Amino acid sequence: MCRNVNGTQPDIQVYPTESGRNGITMNTRGLRSQLKDSVPVAGLCPQGAYGVQDSLRSGFTSVKNELLPSHPLELSEKNFMLNQDKMNFSSLRNIQGLHAPLKLQMEYRAARQIQRLPFLQSSNLALDTLRGNDESIGFEDILNDPTQSEMMGEPHMMVEYKLGLM
Amino acid sequence: MLHTLKPCEIQTGGFCFENTRRNAVLESSLSESGYKAPGARKTGTTIAGIVFKDGVILGADTRATDDMVVADKNCMKIHYIAPNIYCCGAGVAADADVTTQIMSSNVELHMLNTGRPALVTMVTRQLKQMLFRYQGQIGASLIVGGVDVTGPQLYSVYPHGSYDKLPFLTMGSGAAAAVSVFEDRFKPNMELEEAKQLVREAITAGIFCDLGSGSNVDLCIITEAGVEMLRGYDKPAMKGKREGQYRYKPGTTAVLTKTVTPFPLVVVDESVQIMDPE
Repeated sequence: MCRNVNGTQPDIQVYPTESGRNGITMNTRGLRSQLKDSVPVAGLCPQGAYGVQDSLRSGFTSVKNELLPSHPLELSEKNFMLNQDKMNFSSLRNIQGLHAPLKLQMEYRAARQIQRLPFLQSSNLALDTLRGNDESIGFEDILNDPTQSEMMGEPHMMVEYKLGLM
Repeated sequence: MLHTLKPCEIQTGGFCFENTRRNAVLESSLSESGYKAPGARKTGTTIAGIVFKDGVILGADTRATDDMVVADKNCMKIHYIAPNIYCCGAGVAADADVTTQIMSSNVELHMLNTGRPALVTMVTRQLKQMLFRYQGQIGASLIVGGVDVTGPQLYSVYPHGSYDKLPFLTMGSGAAAAVSVFEDRFKPNMELEEAKQLVREAITAGIFCDLGSGSNVDLCIITEAGVEMLRGYDKPAMKGKREGQYRYKPGTTAVLTKTVTPFPLVVVDESVQIMDPE
């Protein structure tokens, strides 16, 4: 199994296991540990080169604005998909073994890479089918549809950002 | 300051919290000058449901209030979810409407997927999972009732995501008045006419005893055979018709004496102003 060398967080964490009474090994850390590191703490790791706040690109810093979420649902909504996936993968790992979430994650990563050019909205058909989102309707389909957003974004800047030249 | 990196992030649909800070600042500055920010329109409702011998009867009043003003005298609070499942909505009117529409679409997709008619428990489960996800910010209290392969069922779902399964249920601001009627006269396995009268009386109690409910009574009768929507089944708050004339005929009172005093007026000033015909 190849390791991810790009520095992104591994999706499956290794937790300590202990053998139960019947010799069955169980994960003792549970979900709490996974949920903890999914909450982003903005302001402590500013984006931009060298880890310093990039005023030209992200505006002036305001600690108050970044530390406290303005709406009680803001953080939980941002991490909702992430937390759901972690929960599902963890229970899948417990039931079927390590191979099941690994294979699924591989498919997710492959499907996530099928995109149009950086400033065009892609349909994400493969990703939706894998997730099961093509069979249900929620607020993400009704409100704030990205295909009908009023901002276009600058193609040159977005391509440079995607290619890492920026 | 231009946030140039913002368009580079992946845009997702769903709720956008960008304006919450601005709204908080606006509200505080408005309240300082004594004005109130516009609020969401609530229904201030009485909704009720009952399980009788052959199925389920749902009842609702028809008044939508906007903070002490009646916004809609004849709104529809019984929403369609599936051919055999209907839902009454109380709380914030828009939330109840959109939630039931989303549920109806999801149920249709689910039925196409599985090839089976919908179950009431499936609707309740999806509702409570969605409402819990939004932690009560979606202010919709719903009564879901229907007849499926497991029989007639009635569930109530609260805005934070809890639910109850009971033979009779009431929700909304007039729930206390309506449930008192139910507690007094409900019997299991009632006949259709008896059950209709009972729900009508419960909603009427809510209409008269609660300021937020009013106008007409709507009923929805769901049985295995089908659904009967009775819109405007009873109109208890309609103005009564006057039976007789209460004006006195001229000449009823006899005139005893008459005195005439002339009032002399002196013309002091006379001025003419021409009006513009247009």
